[in-house]
Amino acid sequence: MKTFNYHSAKDVKEASKLASSNSAFLAGGMTTIPSMKLGLASYKDIIDIKRIKKLSGIKVSGKTVTIGATTKHSEVANSKDVKKAIPSLAALAEGIGDPQVRNRGTIGGSIANNDPAADYPSACIALNATIHTNNRSIDAEKFFRGMFETCLKSTEVIEAIEFSIPEKSSYQKLPNPASRYAIIGVYVAKHKTGINVGVTGAKSCVYNDKDLAGALTKNFSSSAIDSVKISSSGMNSDIHASSDYRANMVKAFAKKAVDAC
Amino acid sequence: MKKIALEVNGKKVTKEISDHTTLSGLLRDILNLTGTHIGCDTSQCGACVVHVDGKSIKSCTALAADLDGSKVTTIEGLASNGKLHPMQEAFKKMHGLQCGFCTPGMVMSAVDLLKNKKNPSDQEIRDWLEGNICRCTGYHNIVAAVKEAASKM
Ligand SMILES: Cc1cc2nc3c(=O)[nH]c(=O)nc-3n(C[C@H](O)[C@H](O)[C@H](O)COP(=O)(O)OP(=O)(O)OC[C@H]3O[C@@H](n4cnc5c(N)ncnc54)[C@H](O)[C@@H]3O)c2cc1C
Ligand code: FES
Ligand code: FES
Repeated sequence: MKTFNYHSAKDVKEASKLASSNSAFLAGGMTTIPSMKLGLASYKDIIDIKRIKKLSGIKVSGKTVTIGATTKHSEVANSKDVKKAIPSLAALAEGIGDPQVRNRGTIGGSIANNDPAADYPSACIALNATIHTNNRSIDAEKFFRGMFETCLKSTEVIEAIEFSIPEKSSYQKLPNPASRYAIIGVYVAKHKTGINVGVTGAKSCVYNDKDLAGALTKNFSSSAIDSVKISSSGMNSDIHASSDYRANMVKAFAKKAVDAC
Repeated sequence: MKKIALEVNGKKVTKEISDHTTLSGLLRDILNLTGTHIGCDTSQCGACVVHVDGKSIKSCTALAADLDGSKVTTIEGLASNGKLHPMQEAFKKMHGLQCGFCTPGMVMSAVDLLKNKKNPSDQEIRDWLEGNICRCTGYHNIVAAVKEAASKM
């Protein structure tokens, strides 16, 4: 691993001030450290944000669950409050990687990284999340831009992610058997205001499947999905699954999610 | 360079380290605690699992600089007064290892499991050991060893 300057920021202001186009924030480090070791990334400055107390923790209000950016996957998975308000979100966190990844990896790191196969981005889409940073609040639909790409500026720090509590929801994934990343993951959520179907793993970036959501709006049952045609065009094809297989799995896992709602 | 102070297996340690030194590097190369193994070095295999402040983590993917003030327990810290930890005894008794390369990580991960779940089922053990890869045993006797330890602890 190439060397860098390690800083531990005491607050968000300091973290943002230290940041540049040649730096990364260090949350769980579960992506940043292996990427540096593999030579996929190198930085002049690594800015640790784990000691900033206000970035961690879970708050439930009447309509929303707000999770601090450096809250670990294991904390979300084990939170009584999250289990009660949005059980599917706690279950999603429990299904990430392995216990040691969950003991370090954070929700903010996961969405900032926007891996096309990551789980949390689908939750952000399905649960109408608002991403709060140190200088603005961003709707999830605008936040995720493309493969490993978000609308964050290099000095911008995610502070918290605010999820709307749905009437019903379920996340179902076909995990890669080695890493547990999603080959396909489908998050179905029914809100008073409408239905979202967040799909991860299928394309270069998470998306809301409007066709599935439309069919479920007319009739919220898995049989409503039977007649929806899912095109494999634009879907990922790799050693784990072809694009046709992924298209089929989106449908199968959407049905599974509706049945589990 | 950064100066850090932490506790490793109950002993206070103060060291000057490079900013990019990992916890596994600190343990193995600076403190000579070579029981913590490095397999993949990129957080996939679990050979390097240790406990930090009571929780199991992959030490290849933690910076030593960020652990200033932490309490670290490695495989060398499990035995007490020359007596193996029940988990180590159980791995020995149930043949939970062959070459032994994955074993320190397996044992540290399994000890963390039993802290949270006293009597895990086979499935719960397998799920928990998701991040620990063994190239020899086929896992069967590892699961048996964890069950044996659970019955003794
Ligand atoms: C073996 C393994 C298996 C995994 N399996 C899964 C899986 O099944 N599903 C899944 O979804 N993920 C999985 N992951 C990913 C993991 O869960 C983490 O979420 C992910 O690595 C990033 O989170 P982190 O906290 O470690 O971020 P870091 O590595 O610390 O940071 C990643 C990036 O995010 C930026 N960043 C971090 N925090 C902030 C912030 N608050 N504001 C702005 N930018 C920020 C950093 O600058 C950096 O560019 C796996 C990882 C490993 C190593
Ligand atoms: S050496 Fe750390 S996980 Fe493989
Ligand atoms: S005993 Fe050889 S790798 Fe597990």
